Parts: sequence; C-alpha cells; structure tokens
Amino acid sequence: MSSVVPAFGPDAPARLAGLADVTASDAALRRFLHGLPGVDAVGLEARAAGLGTRSIKTTAKAYAIDLAISMIDLTTLEGSDTPGKVRALCAKGRRPDPTDPGTPHVAAICVYPDMVAVAREALGEGSGISVASVATAFPAGRVALPVKLADTADAVAAGADEIDMVIDRGAFLSGRYMEVFEEIRAVKQACVRKDETAAHLKVIFENGELSTYDNIRRCSWLAMLAGADFIKTSTGKVAVNATPANTLLMLEAVRDFREAVGVQVGVKPAGGIRTSKDAIKYLVMVNETLGDDWLSPEWFRFGASSLLNDLLMQRQKLSTGRYSGPDYVTVD
Amino acid sequence: MSDKSEQQRLSVFKTYKLYVGGKFPRSESGRVYEVTDSKGGTWLANAPLSSRKDARDAVVAARKAVPGWSGATAYNRGQVLYRVAEMLEGRREQFAREVADAEGLSKSKAAAAVDAAVDRWVWYAGWTDKIAQVVGGANPVAGPFFNLSTPEPTGVVAVLAPQDSSLLGLVSVLAPVIATGNAAVVVAAERAPLPALSFGEVLASSDVPAGVVNILSGRTAELSAPLAAHQDVNGLDLTGAPADLAADLEAAAADTLKRVRRPSAEVWTNDPGTSRLTSWLETKTVWHPIGV
Repeated sequence: MSSVVPAFGPDAPARLAGLADVTASDAALRRFLHGLPGVDAVGLEARAAGLGTRSIKTTAKAYAIDLAISMIDLTTLEGSDTPGKVRALCAKGRRPDPTDPGTPHVAAICVYPDMVAVAREALGEGSGISVASVATAFPAGRVALPVKLADTADAVAAGADEIDMVIDRGAFLSGRYMEVFEEIRAVKQACVRKDETAAHLKVIFENGELSTYDNIRRCSWLAMLAGADFIKTSTGKVAVNATPANTLLMLEAVRDFREAVGVQVGVKPAGGIRTSKDAIKYLVMVNETLGDDWLSPEWFRFGASSLLNDLLMQRQKLSTGRYSGPDYVTVD
Repeated sequence: MSDKSEQQRLSVFKTYKLYVGGKFPRSESGRVYEVTDSKGGTWLANAPLSSRKDARDAVVAARKAVPGWSGATAYNRGQVLYRVAEMLEGRREQFAREVADAEGLSKSKAAAAVDAAVDRWVWYAGWTDKIAQVVGGANPVAGPFFNLSTPEPTGVVAVLAPQDSSLLGLVSVLAPVIATGNAAVVVAAERAPLPALSFGEVLASSDVPAGVVNILSGRTAELSAPLAAHQDVNGLDLTGAPADLAADLEAAAADTLKRVRRPSAEVWTNDPGTSRLTSWLETKTVWHPIGV
C-alpha cells in the first residue's frame, strides 16, 4: 500500500471501492466475514491483561493523564438531561480544572440529538471542542431506517460534528450482514451537510450484546468496510461495556484494516472506564498495538463522564504532591 | 520428644493484617515489620508496614462510608457501638494477653486495662444520642423564628493512636470519632500495633459498616504525612504524634483547613469528658419561621 488515508478523507471511498467485490452481495460479504481468522480468546485476554501490568510513573504518567484528558468525549446521556446540565458540561469540557489553566480541554461533548444545539451554542466558535451526538435511536436502535436517518440528519443540521450511531444488533446476530452494511452506508450519507462536508461517523457495536469475540471482529470489519470513521465498543447502557480484551480486538482489527486497505480508522472505548489507571492501560494498549499514529484525540477517544474527575484528581496529586479529593472537582 | 503418647501439635500463627473498607488486606507494598514485646526482646508477630497508598485507599474507603454512617440515627449508632463492646467483652482474654505482651504489664493489670477499654467504649456508645442535647439547642433570637443549632459530624478523621496505651488509648481516641458520626482512618501505635489490628476483627464481627473504621499499622511518620496533607481528610487527631512531628503535620493540615487536635499528656484511666466528642463536630444552625 503506497500511503494511508484517513477514513473521513476524500480518498477513502476510492480505497474502499477496491474491496467492492466482497461487499457486492450478501453471500460475498458473509463469505468474507466468516473467512476472517477466528479469535484466540485465551490469548487475547492474556495479551490484554499483560499490557495492563505496565507501571507508568512520574513524567510518563503526567503525559498520559494530559493525553487521556484531551481524548475524552465528555458524555451525558440521561433521560433527565437539561439544557443547564449540558451547558455546565460544556464549561467543564473547556476548562476541566479552573485552578490550572495548563489543563488540556476535552475532545468532544457527547449528548443526545435534541441537546446538540445547546452544546453548540455553549461551546461557541473556536473552542476546539467538537459536539458529538448519539443518533439512530440510541441506545436500542430499534426503529425503522427512515426514522434513524431523520434522527441523524437532525443532529447534523443542529451542528453536530460527530455522529455516534448504533448498529442493528438484531440484524447482525441473525446473519443479515448486508442489511447492517447498507444501514451504516445510509447513515454515513445522512451525515453529509449542505456544504458537502460531513460529520464524522462513529459506529457503536454494543460488544456486550454481540456475545463472541468472533462476532466483534466481524462487526469491526463490516463497519470499516461500510465507511465508519471510528468504531466504538458500546453504548454504556448495558452490563458489559468496554473491556481491555474487546478493545484490544478492535484495535487489532483497525491495524489489520489499515494494512490491507490503507484507510485509517479511529477507536473509541466507552462505558466502564472510570479511573486514571484504567485509562492509562488503554493508552498502553493503543501504543503497543497501533503505535504513535493513533495516540491523538483525532484517532482515539474515551467515552466517559466520571473518568475526567479521576484524571483531574490524579493530575492535582502529581502537581501538588497532595492527594486530592472529590470536594475539589465538580459533581456531575 | 520424651512423651510419644501425646502428639506435639503444630501451633497456628496468626497473620496480622490491616483493616480497610471492611476487609483485611495486607499492605499494598507487601512490606511487614517485626513487632517485639515492650522490652524489645521477644518477637511477637510481623505486622504490615503500610505505605502512603494504603493510607490513600483507607481514606477512599472512609469517604465512601461517611454518608451512610453520618446519616444513621444517633440511636442506631449507639446500638452498633454497644454491639462492639459486646464483641470485645467476649474476647477479653485474647486482648489481655496481647496488651500484656505489648505494654509489658502484669496479667492482672492488662486485664484491668482491657476492662477499662470495654467500659470506655460503652460510655461513648451512650453519648451518641445525648451529645446533641448538650452542645446543640434552641437559640433565642429577636424575631418570629425558631433558631436551632445541631452538631454535625465533620467527615473523615485521621487518628494517630497514642503510642503509650495500645488498647485503652486506642479506644479512647477512636470511639468519640465514630460515636459522633465520622469515619476514621487510624494509625495504630508504631511499636505495639497488635491489639489495634485485632480490634479490627472485633469491629468486623459487629455491625459497624465497612469503611467506618480503617486501621493501619506502620511508621507513624510515614503514614501521617500523606494523611495530614490529604485534601479529602477533614480532621486530624495528633494524639500519637511526637512533638516535633506534630508541628510539621499541623502545618501541612493547615493548607486544607482541617480540624486538628494537638497532642497533650493524658492519663487514659481518667474520666475523658466530652472534649474529644466535640473536637469532631461542626455546628449547623437553621432558622425556621414560627407559625407557618
């Protein structure tokens, strides 16, 4: 492969077209996905656990904490969200630690589609923070396709820079891969704005519902073939969310996809990552699996809300030498 | 082996462990130190040599326990503390032995110290639902309002247990902290931590919720520094700190406006009075209109 292009770049569709034969028909797609090598579950879990044992201290830790903060998609996805809460979250995203202006801002604010306009306005122009919106009837995704597309188009029109869609797990699990493929393509089309630019598309698999590692690998390839800019582990609404093992599997899929097709896709683990220690383990995993190219907010994100507070407390501990406490960060 | 008819039994040694968050972990650092009797001759046991990370974990556990414990009714807290005294009563012999070894007391003096500790605990258990009447009350104000002051617990209190009295001293500093609804992180006496570590077992088998009391053993100077500077600790009892260390700790605690109780010479058998109870209380005053 001569060069690598980003999934959201203008050259990506041409690269994907090179694989048009595997997505030409339902049978071809099934043959391709089931032809992917099986996952060695024991090896995968051992590798993920092994990468979690690295000791990251002092300056490396300080760097990792700042990097992790800058990768956070600060999220509020509750039925009880109010405009006030979203504005407060935006303020926190811009200045996570008001006592230390050196703290980096987060990557994005992630909200429900009806809150996109509020977040957009609260962040203003030039904040450098994106507005991400879940769409396609998050988190279940159990509505008709036209409704999903309208949901997506609404969020984009309201000013969302990134769309987090959920796949139809029912269709995937019953083997209707082409349906899932076409749906992702259609949502990607709905992300295009009037001026021909497009919101980035993150595709949520809900790993906790896919039941096997083989399914996660197949789903990763399926989503990337359909043009996902990011692949995301889960919604954060079910019992099993991002785990080191299933995230590592997705990182490997992204690595292999870049090697095979020359298109770079981002990864976003979401749900269940609450401590700095966990976040740093994920960063180690990214570095060891994908290398430097992915160690930026452009290619790796954390979907989290309480993680930020723990990172800030650790950051304060490193800079002052005193243990910090929950009284010194916001309640959200 | 002169007498073969009676098989020599292999005795089972006790592994002394910390008491943090209702569990009995070893030190995160894996370190231990040798505890000897008061004359410094005979080895008694290895106690965990806690690190600052153990102290941090203990504070996290204590913070978690604060809402439940401070929200429990005073009457309920009293019952729970009385239960602790019941459990302690049943293990008097074990504690008498440990106190005798730790402090070099005769059997009868050690037994008397344990009895005094049980009585002290019961005495403080009785105070849980009475202290509010003593230090709180209705204030006369010039207006149509009820004005009521009530004592409220401070939160997480770090306690440096006295070095000279391993059980009675420990009970005398710990009981008032939790009787008033605070959660405690206790640093046991450095040279004589075994009665305190065993006291954790008494607490675990009573109804004291996990995390309300956390007991660490190790070097007082090493553990007290991070606790004094910790931003999530609300009070600091310096009873067991040597004078030079106490001054440093007080300065470190001043950064976060902790309530600090300075060390003073105390005779543990004397009537303690209520000053230790009020050390860890804050006063909340509410105004309420009359006749609405």
